[in-house]
Amino acid sequence: MSLLAVRDLSAFYGDFQALFGVSLEATEGETVAVIGANGAGKTTFLRTVAGAQPVARGAVRFGGESVGGRPPHALVDLGIVLVPEGRKIFPSLSVRENLQIGAFRRRAGPWTLERVYRLFPILGERRDQPGTNLSGGEQQMLAIGRGLMANPRLLLVDEISLGLAPVIVKQLYEVLAGIRREGTTLLVVEQDVSQVLTVADHVYCFRKGTVSLAGAPSRLSRAEISAAYFGA
Amino acid sequence: MGWLDAVVQGILLGGLYALFATGLSLIFGVMRLVNLAHGDFSILAAFLAVVAVRALDLNPLLALLLVVPVMAAVGYGLQRLVLNRLLGRGILPAVLVTFGFSVIIQNGLLQTFSADSQRLNPGGIETASLALGGGLAVGWFSLLTFALAVVLLVALQLLIGRTAIGRAFRATSDDGETAELMGIDNRRLYGLAMGLSLAVVAIAGIVLGIRTTFTFASGPDRLLFAFEAVIIGGLGSLWGTLVGGVILGVAQTVGAKLSPGWGVLTGHLVFLTVLLLRPSGLFTTSRRVD
Repeated sequence: MSLLAVRDLSAFYGDFQALFGVSLEATEGETVAVIGANGAGKTTFLRTVAGAQPVARGAVRFGGESVGGRPPHALVDLGIVLVPEGRKIFPSLSVRENLQIGAFRRRAGPWTLERVYRLFPILGERRDQPGTNLSGGEQQMLAIGRGLMANPRLLLVDEISLGLAPVIVKQLYEVLAGIRREGTTLLVVEQDVSQVLTVADHVYCFRKGTVSLAGAPSRLSRAEISAAYFGA
Repeated sequence: MGWLDAVVQGILLGGLYALFATGLSLIFGVMRLVNLAHGDFSILAAFLAVVAVRALDLNPLLALLLVVPVMAAVGYGLQRLVLNRLLGRGILPAVLVTFGFSVIIQNGLLQTFSADSQRLNPGGIETASLALGGGLAVGWFSLLTFALAVVLLVALQLLIGRTAIGRAFRATSDDGETAELMGIDNRRLYGLAMGLSLAVVAIAGIVLGIRTTFTFASGPDRLLFAFEAVIIGGLGSLWGTLVGGVILGVAQTVGAKLSPGWGVLTGHLVFLTVLLLRPSGLFTTSRRVD
């Protein structure tokens, strides 16, 4: 059974309709990628699933329960956690405090400060510095660690590679593969297709607020993806 | 009264101003809300203490134990029921609504208690003084007020710096939307912040009522002094609030020493000078205020 099932979802970005009847499913334990060009509606989709934006039409079901329209903190309690686009580290909080904010709901699970420090040793070394003193890649690690501290069942990751060097992006994807091995379901949004296709079980390509292509990456050709991405 | 005496009295008065200013600064920091009824809430607390003193024959200092939780509950309730509805619409709706609270509180107090001035009598401590030598004496109650302000600021500093709820306050102040995504229920958090703010200003109101007489209309002056202390000290800095209160207090007592009518005016002039020279206050944090 699917952990996340989105049916016919429409949502707005301000006054502008960003999603037109999007359907997507993610089975427990798998990694699903959402790709698409700038403005395709990927971020709006993730934010709507996380409860940051209202569901205009359609249904969002999580673990068999209808959860569309619930506030973000109620969704965090269920285990839906977003690593937001642009990392959004809290500047007045230290590295450790940023991680602790992730655990604010005290959801039970395997992730603790010590485990996050083991996953990202640099965060342990710099735990008392302000979060925004870290480099871009380290801030992305902090944002992922902060998400993990909530002990997610479904981790939503928005544009992990934004503004980062390819070697860092590769490291971060290795980390995601490790998180997935823990049994966490991942929904990863990317503009940069090459990395994400190596980790995804399913890929959905968004274009102008609709799903233009969906399937297992191994079954899709470059040409098909390219056509769905850019619109041929 | 010598000049040194004026300065010492001013410093101690600053403790009282810090008590008024802290709650105002806290809620502006956490939710960018300007509470124009802040001073009136302090006076409401003082009247509640009058009622408690009369009904239960309590010492006003003991009435604190009753009035402070009541005011905290009032703050939490008003935030959840009224002010949370104004979120995300800019600063103006909250200014108008809290101005409405101010009018309602003043008229409610006038109706209930008449325009007579009131005073809380704690039984002698308000007039007892401590001789410091050289003709200098300070009131025990002024010292107590200053100590209370310092203790409260230390407690708030620990709450904000060391606890989960304090981290949530800071995270929400930085970026409310992301804080919500991390699982912080901002409506509840704002309720707690307003509850805390009114609890602190309730203490300020009762202390004021012991120091001096007050009427239903005493709130707006208190609000003005609180704003001045916050802005002199710098928004978002707890210790800045105390320093701002002390600067304002000293300016007022030294001004009053120059000429009895000049006290409040000198306070305003010092405030305006700081606003001209350092518009962001003397102790601004690196925190973004937008």
